[in-house]
Amino acid sequence: MASIGHADERRPLSARVSARFLIDLVYRIRAFGILAALGIVVVVASILQPRFLSGNEVNIVLGNTTILALLALGEATVIISRNVDLSIASVLGLSAYASGSAFSHLHGPPTFLAIVIAFLIGIGVGSACGVVNGALTTIGNVPSLVVTLATLYIFRGIDILIVGGGQVVASALPDAFFQISLKSFHNIPYLTIAVAVLVGAGAYYLRSFRSGRDLYAIGSNPEAARLVGIPTGRRVFGAFVFSGAMAGIAGVLWASKYGTLDSTAGAGYELTVIAAVVIGGVAIFGGSGTVVGAALGALLLNTILAALYVVGVSPFWTQAISGMLILFAITLDRLVSLQLTHALRRRRTQHAT
Amino acid sequence: MRPDLKERLRPLLRWESGLFVVLMAIVILGTQVSSQFLTQGNLFYLCISIGEIAIMTLPLTLVIITGEIDLSVASVLGLSSALLGYLVSHGWELWPTFLLVLVVGAAAGMFNGVLVTRVGLPSLAVTIGTLTFYRGLAVVILGPNIISSFPEKYTSIGVNPVGNTFLSYSVLFFLVLAVMFGVLLHLTPVGRSLFAIGLNTEAATFAGMRVKRIKLLLFVLSGVVCAFAGILYTFRLSTAVQDNGLGLELNAVAIVLLGGVSIFGGRGSIVGVVLAVFVYASLQNVLFLTNFPQRAFGIVTGCLLLVSVLVPNASYFLERARALRARTRPARPVLEVD
Repeated sequence: MASIGHADERRPLSARVSARFLIDLVYRIRAFGILAALGIVVVVASILQPRFLSGNEVNIVLGNTTILALLALGEATVIISRNVDLSIASVLGLSAYASGSAFSHLHGPPTFLAIVIAFLIGIGVGSACGVVNGALTTIGNVPSLVVTLATLYIFRGIDILIVGGGQVVASALPDAFFQISLKSFHNIPYLTIAVAVLVGAGAYYLRSFRSGRDLYAIGSNPEAARLVGIPTGRRVFGAFVFSGAMAGIAGVLWASKYGTLDSTAGAGYELTVIAAVVIGGVAIFGGSGTVVGAALGALLLNTILAALYVVGVSPFWTQAISGMLILFAITLDRLVSLQLTHALRRRRTQHAT
Repeated sequence: MRPDLKERLRPLLRWESGLFVVLMAIVILGTQVSSQFLTQGNLFYLCISIGEIAIMTLPLTLVIITGEIDLSVASVLGLSSALLGYLVSHGWELWPTFLLVLVVGAAAGMFNGVLVTRVGLPSLAVTIGTLTFYRGLAVVILGPNIISSFPEKYTSIGVNPVGNTFLSYSVLFFLVLAVMFGVLLHLTPVGRSLFAIGLNTEAATFAGMRVKRIKLLLFVLSGVVCAFAGILYTFRLSTAVQDNGLGLELNAVAIVLLGGVSIFGGRGSIVGVVLAVFVYASLQNVLFLTNFPQRAFGIVTGCLLLVSVLVPNASYFLERARALRARTRPARPVLEVD
C-alpha cells in the first residue's frame, strides 16, 4: 500500500492521497464486510430461533472460536509472508499430549505452578516445531508447502509413537486446569478476551513495527524485499516460530477444553484454520490481509456453523457449507482486487493527461 | 574421469535411477527382514494397499507439472464412493451408475478448473476449498449410513489377484493408465507443452499454447480418474461411507514429489512417479513386516518428502558453503587437475 506513494512521487499530492485512500477504503470495506456478514448471520438466526442470542449459545460459539482464532493468528502471520504452515494441527496434537501428560508427573508443585509449567511445555514444544519448519524453509531453501506437509506427517507420527495406545484421561488433570476454558465473564470466556488481546497486539505489531511491515513486503515480492535489504530469511523464520508457539498454546488450551487426549487430537484441523484465514481476507499468496481479519474469519465460520445448527439445518451440511464459504470468500477477494486494479489504472491515466 | 565417459554416465545420475536404486535396496532389505516379503500373498497385499492412491498420482503429476496443484483428489474419491453407494442402495443398475459417477467426477474437476483458469484464483486455495466442499457433499449424500450391498461380481475384483499373479486389479489399472499418461506426457505435443506451461506460463501463452484450456482439461481429467479410483476403492472395501479415502490427498502429493516432480512445475516424469509409488508401497510394507506401528508410518513419508526436496538442493548448499569459505579465506588460484 505504502509502496504506491513512493512509486509515484512526482504525481500531484491530491492524486497520491486519493489513490492511497481508495486502497485503504477497499481494505476497510473488506474488514467491515466480515463484520456485516457476521451481523446478518446473527440477526437472521436470532429471528428464526431466538435461543441463538442466549448467553449460553454465545458462550459456546466464543469458546469454540478461541482455539481456532489463536491458530489463525499464527497461520495468518505465516501466510502474509507468502508461506504456509500445514503442520499446526500436528503441533497442536503434540503439544496437547505433552502438556496433558506432564500433569501426571507434576504431583509435587502446587496446581498453579503445574499449570504454568504445562503452558511453558506447550509453548516450548510448539516453538521447537516452528524452529524446525522455519530452518528447513529458510536455510534448506525448500518451499514451505512441502516442508510443512512433511512435518505434518512427522510431528503427528512422533505423537503417535509417544502416545502409543495410551491416552491422557480427564481425571488425571487438575480441576483448575479445566476452569481455564470454562470461567467466563458475563458469558464471555476469559480465554476469548485473552486471545482477542493477543490478536490485537499481533495486529499492532504487524502494522506498526518495522519487522512486522517487513513480512508484508516479503509477501508482496520476496525478491524485491531481499534486494532492498530486508533479512527475509530471519523474518520468515520468526513467523514460523511464532506460528509454532501459537499452535503450542492452542494445544494446551485443547487439553484444557477436552481433557481426554489421544494421538488424534486436532487431526485435519489445519485446513479449517487456513479456511478461517482466507475467509478473513488474508491473500493466500501473501502480502495483504490482517490478523484481526483472520480472527474474525474464525468467528464468522463458527457463527455460521452454530447458526445453521440452531435453526435446524442438519449437521451433515456443515462441511459442505464451510467449503462453499471458502470458495465464496476467495472469489469475492479476487473480484474486488480486479476492480481495484482497474480503478487505479483509470485514475492514473486520468492524472497523466 | 574422461569427459566423454562423464557425458555418457550423466543419464545415470537422473532422479529416476536414484529411485530405482532405493527401490532395490528396500526389496533387499525386505527379504532380509522377513522371509514373507517376496511371497505372492504379501506382494498382493502390497498392491492392494497402494492401488487407488497410485491411480490418483497420475493426473496429479500432470497438474503439478503445469505449476498448479489439486488437493481435492481424495475428496473426489470420497464423493464418488458416496454417490456409488447411494445410487446402488436406491436400486440403480451398475453401468449407468458408473457412468454418472464418472460424469460427476468430471464435473467436480471442471468446477476446480473453471475457478482456477477462468476466475483466475490460485489452485492451492481453490482446491483446499473444494477439498472441504466435495467431502461435505459426500457427508450430505450418505450421512451416517454405511452401504455394503454391492454385487459380489464387482467386489471380488477388489480382493482377488489378476489370474495367477500377485497384481491386484487396481495396480493393473494403474500400470495401464501409467503407460497412457506416460505417452501423453512425454511423446505428444500437448504433453510436452505442459512442461513449457509449468516453466513459464506467460511465455507458453505467447508461444500460442492454449494454457487455460489445457489446465482446465487437466483438472477435468483429474476429476474423472479420481472418480474411477473411488469406484475401485469402494469395491475393494465393499463399503461406501462418508469418510472413504479421507486424507489421502497428502499421500498422493508426497508420492508425486518423491517421484522427482518439482512443486514449482516444469519438471518431472511418469517413470519417476511410478517408481516413487513402488518405493512408498514397499517401504510401508517392509515396516509393516517389522511390526513398526503402522499409523506412525507418516514419519517415514515425511522424511522421504524432505529428502526428495533437499537432495536436489545439494548443489545449492555446496555453493553456499563454498561462498562462505571464500569469504573467510583468500581465494586459491584455480588449477586444472587433469
